Amino acid sequence: MNTGKIYIVGNGVAGVNTAISFRKHATDPICIVSDESDYFYSRTALMYIFMGQMRFKDTKPYEDSFWDDQKIELKKARVKRIESESKKIIFEDGSWDTYSKLVIATGSVPLKLPLDYGKLKGICSLYHLQDLENLSQIYSKIKQASIIGGGLIGVELAEMLVSKGIEVNFLIREAYFWSNVISEKEGKLIEQQIRKHGVKLYFNTELKAFEGNENSELVAIETLNNERILSQYAAITIGVKPNLNFELEGLHINKGIKVDDFLQTNIADVFAVGDCAELASPEKGRRAIEAVWYTARQMGETLGKTLAGNKTKYEQGNWFNSAKFFDLEYQTYGIVPAVCAPNVAEFYFEKEGKLIRIVFEKDSRLFLGINTWGIRLRQDFFEKILDQKRPIDFVIDKIEFSFFDPEFYPKYGKQIKSTFKTAAK
Amino acid sequence: MILKGSKLNMLLVVCIVLSLLGYFSGLFSGSVSLAVFLASLFSWIVYTAFGRFYDKSAAAVNENVWFESISNKGYLGKILAIVLTSFYVVIYWYPELLGYNKEGNTGLVSMFDSLSYVLNGHRASQWFVYGTLYTLFILGFGIRFLIKYKHNKYQQVRTISLMFFQLFFAFLIPEILTKLNPDLDYFSKDIKNMWPLNYYLFEDWHLKALLNSGTLGYFFLIVGLLLIFVISPTLTYFYGKRWYCSWVCGCGGLAETAGDEFRHLSNKSSNAWKLERYLIHGVLLFVILSTISILNAFLIDNQVYVTPAMFIGICIFLIAAFGTYAYFYSKEKLAKDAKNSIGIVSVLLIVCLLVSLFTKSKNVFFIDGNSLKSWYGFYIGAAFSGVIGVGFYPIFGSRVWCRFGCPMAAILGLQQKLFSRFRITTNGSQCISCGNCSNSCEMGIDVRAYAQKGEDIVRSSCVGCGICSEVCPRGVLKLENGKLELDF
Repeated sequence: MNTGKIYIVGNGVAGVNTAISFRKHATDPICIVSDESDYFYSRTALMYIFMGQMRFKDTKPYEDSFWDDQKIELKKARVKRIESESKKIIFEDGSWDTYSKLVIATGSVPLKLPLDYGKLKGICSLYHLQDLENLSQIYSKIKQASIIGGGLIGVELAEMLVSKGIEVNFLIREAYFWSNVISEKEGKLIEQQIRKHGVKLYFNTELKAFEGNENSELVAIETLNNERILSQYAAITIGVKPNLNFELEGLHINKGIKVDDFLQTNIADVFAVGDCAELASPEKGRRAIEAVWYTARQMGETLGKTLAGNKTKYEQGNWFNSAKFFDLEYQTYGIVPAVCAPNVAEFYFEKEGKLIRIVFEKDSRLFLGINTWGIRLRQDFFEKILDQKRPIDFVIDKIEFSFFDPEFYPKYGKQIKSTFKTAAK
Repeated sequence: MILKGSKLNMLLVVCIVLSLLGYFSGLFSGSVSLAVFLASLFSWIVYTAFGRFYDKSAAAVNENVWFESISNKGYLGKILAIVLTSFYVVIYWYPELLGYNKEGNTGLVSMFDSLSYVLNGHRASQWFVYGTLYTLFILGFGIRFLIKYKHNKYQQVRTISLMFFQLFFAFLIPEILTKLNPDLDYFSKDIKNMWPLNYYLFEDWHLKALLNSGTLGYFFLIVGLLLIFVISPTLTYFYGKRWYCSWVCGCGGLAETAGDEFRHLSNKSSNAWKLERYLIHGVLLFVILSTISILNAFLIDNQVYVTPAMFIGICIFLIAAFGTYAYFYSKEKLAKDAKNSIGIVSVLLIVCLLVSLFTKSKNVFFIDGNSLKSWYGFYIGAAFSGVIGVGFYPIFGSRVWCRFGCPMAAILGLQQKLFSRFRITTNGSQCISCGNCSNSCEMGIDVRAYAQKGEDIVRSSCVGCGICSEVCPRGVLKLENGKLELDF
């Protein structure tokens, strides 16, 4: 029954980690298909290529010889259709092959605005390698740019454009930055950081229309508040959605590809991992689609084991994430909601432009999670805290053990403790 | 500011040129020219750094390094490499081209006479010119580094330490000691240099000088031995080899400061790593062979407290102890091929030593120690550390010598790998494989390969400069010394 290779569609972090994890346990032929790049590269590093901090080859996490050594076949092609009954994977050029198992790891595509883009040039996002190549070709002609949508990719783009001396307008639909994820106080911190770098911020602002010239070049954008902002370039960074750009009849799709606890779709021998997968039963407080690097990597590692015959359940584990907003580093451990529910309290520590926000249950004092801005904290520490379901008082008491800043950096242990004491009164 | 940035910059460049022209045309005296030359060169380095980094945000200091011709192996980089390399060739083998002359200097070297008289009481040599410029570059580019990483306390402390050791221990104190003790022989120029970086410590002429110079000589000899066998292993145990390589050492000092612009050029491939392991340990073996045979010959020729037999006995003991430990007890700390190589080499060395013990031969390893020594001095001491090590900064990156050639780094590296508490800790699973850490590693370590697996980084070549931790956008890396116990 196991004729044919294992095919993985997509060479992002989810697909690649599936293959690497599989190869640790099994020797069957495995092939990764992608039409974006010859080799796996770190999507999160696209901005550094643009800013001249790294070359494209430096963003490849493995040497090119690695794939041969590991006997992982790489195929540059686009998958058009999958026929699950005959187990056929059909490529865009018409060629096909049979698969023994199929993993869909197609990732995300940027969301588009429900507006008329016309044939205008200069409207894009930043997600694929091709977006970067496009921007690299045109940036020297851009004087003003607009970024629509305040998320992580938007901030990265702002940083990139600022580095080229381009005037950046940043349009955000909500009243403060990243308001679906963080509190207003935290949002203000990012806001300061972004303004410090000369970016113009527009809150409560949505896009109404694009304005082009006779050469189909973008000239300006118009907001719902009827403001006209000159821009030769507009980036739409309002989020991403699963990339479902292939045909597979009968595949159960909601927003993403529905998978069970073992990352298996409703079709036999077809699995999905990463941004394109939607968990049927996510754990409490977690989303069904988590389009982040870490989740994708974890899913890939889990599925690799299952494919190798060691059926392993995907455990979401404790939530964690990190990001960087210009100079401001952010890390989060546990569940920290933007706005606290009535039975949840929060504790802030603020010092010299750095901020820590801890949320905990009011009655049980159970520690729920922490956001940290400008202070590096140790993941192992919070994993242990969350696993052991410790109260906030315990966390504050042991807080020194969580610091991860370089040597000679100020340690805020005493100050956090005294602030906490004062706040408790 | 009265003068706009670029104008002041131009003015300083003009001053540099004028000071030289003025001296060579006989318009200015040596001391005036030298003062103007050094002051304007220093100001130019510092002022350029201010213009470039003072307002730069922390995340943006390494922007464009792969776009600029000077730092991406472009034509400016290549020109600089040729200039630097030529300078080293001249200073090592054709110092007369710079005006060096035992009977009386001319040219550039003579411009430094005045300062040389003040500091050491002698006319300048080409090495005095070199030492002065070397120190000036470490100080000037050190300030540049301080401005660039003004937000990072670790970088501040470390860089000030490098500047301090260069200025006082490598430059001023040895020069002034020469002046205070005009009758004494020259010991070691850089008093913080220890064997085997200071490879002539046990050479015939140097040992004789030490032994014939009374208390001060013995002091230097004892400090030298303590450094090798006690101080250095102890410090490396607690802090890793960084205590020396990126806090004290002059070669490291130049690499970290003047070489900072080129750190990303180091080759990160696994082939380069393979080459590194063979080369640097080959050099170490070379220096050990040559030192043992020179010392043995010295002890045969000179009556001192240690007899040749005692000396060879000590050598056999040390080699056997290290070989046994590395081969049988180092567990997974060393790769299999490393264990095998150490095992084979140790046995071969011991056999050679035993043979010479019984034949009482001067040529311990069947080669004349002096020819080994002169070979070493030429190919390793001069050609490798100077010409390639610094001359090729703009092509191979700033730590070529430290990575592929320095026997001191090799010893400290083995200590770091085998028994140090130092490591770079990876923060859980927070790595996003972006590659900034590997890109910035001057030693060519693929830091990301460890970080993305959540593994700590324990590599013998790591000099603990801390830049990987600095450039990591997710706060994933931390230089640590102790075991951290989360005891709950």
